[in-house]
Amino acid sequence: MEHPKSEIKILTMAEMAAQGQEPEILFWVGCAGSFDERAQKITRDICKILNHVGISFAVLGTEESCTGDPAKRAGNEFLFQMQAMVNIEVLNGYNIKKIVTGCPHCFNTIKNEYPGLGGNYEVIHHSQLIQQLIDEGKLKAEGGESFKGKKITYHDPCYLGRGNNVYEAPRKALEILDAELVEMKRCKSNGLCCGAGGAQMFKEPEKGNKDINLERMTDVLESKATVVAAACPFCMTMLRDGVKHIEKEQDIQVLDIAEITVRVNGL
Amino acid sequence: MYLNSRTLLNTQISPVLESPDFLTFYSEFKTFLHFNFKINFEKYYASIMIGQIVFIIILAAAVYLFSKNAGKIRRNILLGRDADRSDNPAERWKVMAKVALGQSKMVKRPFAAVMHFFIYVGFVIINIEVLEIMIDGIFGSHRIFSRPLGSLYGLLIGGFEVLAVLVLVACVTFLVRRNIGHLKRFSGVEMTSWPKSDANYILIIEILLMTAFLTMNAADHKLQLLNFGHYIKAGTFPVSTLLSPLLPDSSSSLEMIERSCWWFHIIGILAFLNYLPYSKHFHILLAFPNTYYSNLNPKGEFTNMASVTNEVKAMLDPSFVPPQAEVSRFGAKDVTDLTWKNLMEAYTCTECGRCTSVCPANQTGKLLSPRKIMMDTRDRVTEIGNNLDKHGKDFKDDKSLLDNYISREELWACTTCNACVDACPVNINPLEIITEMRRYMVMEESQAPASLNNMFGNVENNGAPWKYSQGDRFNWKENS
Repeated sequence: MEHPKSEIKILTMAEMAAQGQEPEILFWVGCAGSFDERAQKITRDICKILNHVGISFAVLGTEESCTGDPAKRAGNEFLFQMQAMVNIEVLNGYNIKKIVTGCPHCFNTIKNEYPGLGGNYEVIHHSQLIQQLIDEGKLKAEGGESFKGKKITYHDPCYLGRGNNVYEAPRKALEILDAELVEMKRCKSNGLCCGAGGAQMFKEPEKGNKDINLERMTDVLESKATVVAAACPFCMTMLRDGVKHIEKEQDIQVLDIAEITVRVNGL
Repeated sequence: MYLNSRTLLNTQISPVLESPDFLTFYSEFKTFLHFNFKINFEKYYASIMIGQIVFIIILAAAVYLFSKNAGKIRRNILLGRDADRSDNPAERWKVMAKVALGQSKMVKRPFAAVMHFFIYVGFVIINIEVLEIMIDGIFGSHRIFSRPLGSLYGLLIGGFEVLAVLVLVACVTFLVRRNIGHLKRFSGVEMTSWPKSDANYILIIEILLMTAFLTMNAADHKLQLLNFGHYIKAGTFPVSTLLSPLLPDSSSSLEMIERSCWWFHIIGILAFLNYLPYSKHFHILLAFPNTYYSNLNPKGEFTNMASVTNEVKAMLDPSFVPPQAEVSRFGAKDVTDLTWKNLMEAYTCTECGRCTSVCPANQTGKLLSPRKIMMDTRDRVTEIGNNLDKHGKDFKDDKSLLDNYISREELWACTTCNACVDACPVNINPLEIITEMRRYMVMEESQAPASLNNMFGNVENNGAPWKYSQGDRFNWKENS
């Protein structure tokens, strides 16, 4: 499905600066988006969307570093602030004003926790960017794969939903599909966590009788959806593991909002 | 001393009392009281009855005891660290009006919301009646509001009676639901025998108070019909008239029932007031300040520790001179490391368990229960407060919130998903306490699970939580 990569032009801030240019927006890729194979694909899809609508953007490339989110949630405030201050120095050095992130955790951290340390930017999550583009008529749902008649449900990431009250933007990206949008029993502010937050992604779960992502699978199955839409690379991993565990890989797809947008528009 | 006060009386006070201005005022005041409240001033002093003296003593004792115990809770809350929640008062009043007064977060569970609303409105409105009872008790009057309020009085009493029935219905429903209904959130490790009994006591007391109130009205109404004594025709009794057939017909028995219920009701209320500081029911008072001082920032935002900022700045820039900081530990080992707001929340918690019932860790069988975090915090700070009272202000026991109350396993089970924070009807934030305790374990003790230490190492060395090289960070561009 993917177009030859030569079609997407991805410049780093350093490259832009060398040309004496400043992009309209910085795309903050995040660690998962940079290293996790599945998330890398979503990263490229976000670039495709930016490219398609003609927004001038750049990435930090190897100058990007962890926002410090997992360290902060785990209680390591030192490490968090070290990361934050170094990142802020880089961002301020490039005179960054506006940032779009591919991850709700990066989004929350840069938007809410960097200002107190000297980093003030307008920060949006990629689902909000997609919503804006749809509202402006720049993004449609045509020219690509059809989701017609498919049952789609959306899993709210904690740091986008409860953490920052972003519930409608990702749903907007799904509403324009010719699909049947269904909500899970636990959705929006009642949404159940995927189990990865608070640095749980990087440790074994504590003793219990079930993994949280498997608990979430009962909601997914009950919704009878064949597509589970995600908006967070960590939720993506947890949901895919869950689907694999209940052996429904053939029936249920887990796709990011950006991937779905790219697919319906044939980008 | 005696001579002095005698002189004072003669030279200073008597002239005032005998001045024409005062005498005019005094006679006007007497007339006012007589016409409006049927109080005969001189007769009042002459006929001050033993009942009124007893009432005033009980009332004073109850108010004194309550202020003393409420003052202890205030002292305990202020054992916490400083936190500034004085900003944006307009927004804060709005949050309080919506969440506490308007009960906006209760509606997520409609059945409980409606039942709770009955009790809440009943409590607030019936307090007007309690005010009348207080005044009657002090002045030996009877239904003192009936004259000045006129027909409105009938409407009010009728309204109180309807509310009293709704309170009764709700309390009985809640009792059944708690004890027979097997609602999952009413059980759990932290729901030991005291919290369970506490909940039942509250409901039973409320049932008794409302029953006494209605029985009192029924007897009063019957006495009114008999034109007995001072039982003036006042009020409408849509509910208690239904009880009339159950009551005796003799006026002396009726008067005894009416008086007993009156005394039981008011002493019950004063006793209940003094039960509050020992009970989860204290939420009826603290819900208001607690929501006023709510966190107004997005829930995803965690505090940036200023003490850490200074150290990190000094590390990155050797010329940076940090401001003189107070010496305190990083994070929280005990309740005194938490803020006063965390401790106020602990005393506000009414153990409803909405937090725990939505907690992903708790639902999958992990030890963590956000309600337990709040109850442990409250119990620990109460223990410290009791130690201060018993052993003086320098006393330190060898216990702490961490390990003696809350285990590490509970703290490491949290996904920081904010479901508990969102679910709380009075804006309590268990997550902040969990985070503060994680900070203590990581920064003071270096006691994080090994896998998290690996993650920290990776972030520090490679700028990513996984073991990938920083130089490979842009490889995603090529991997298609």
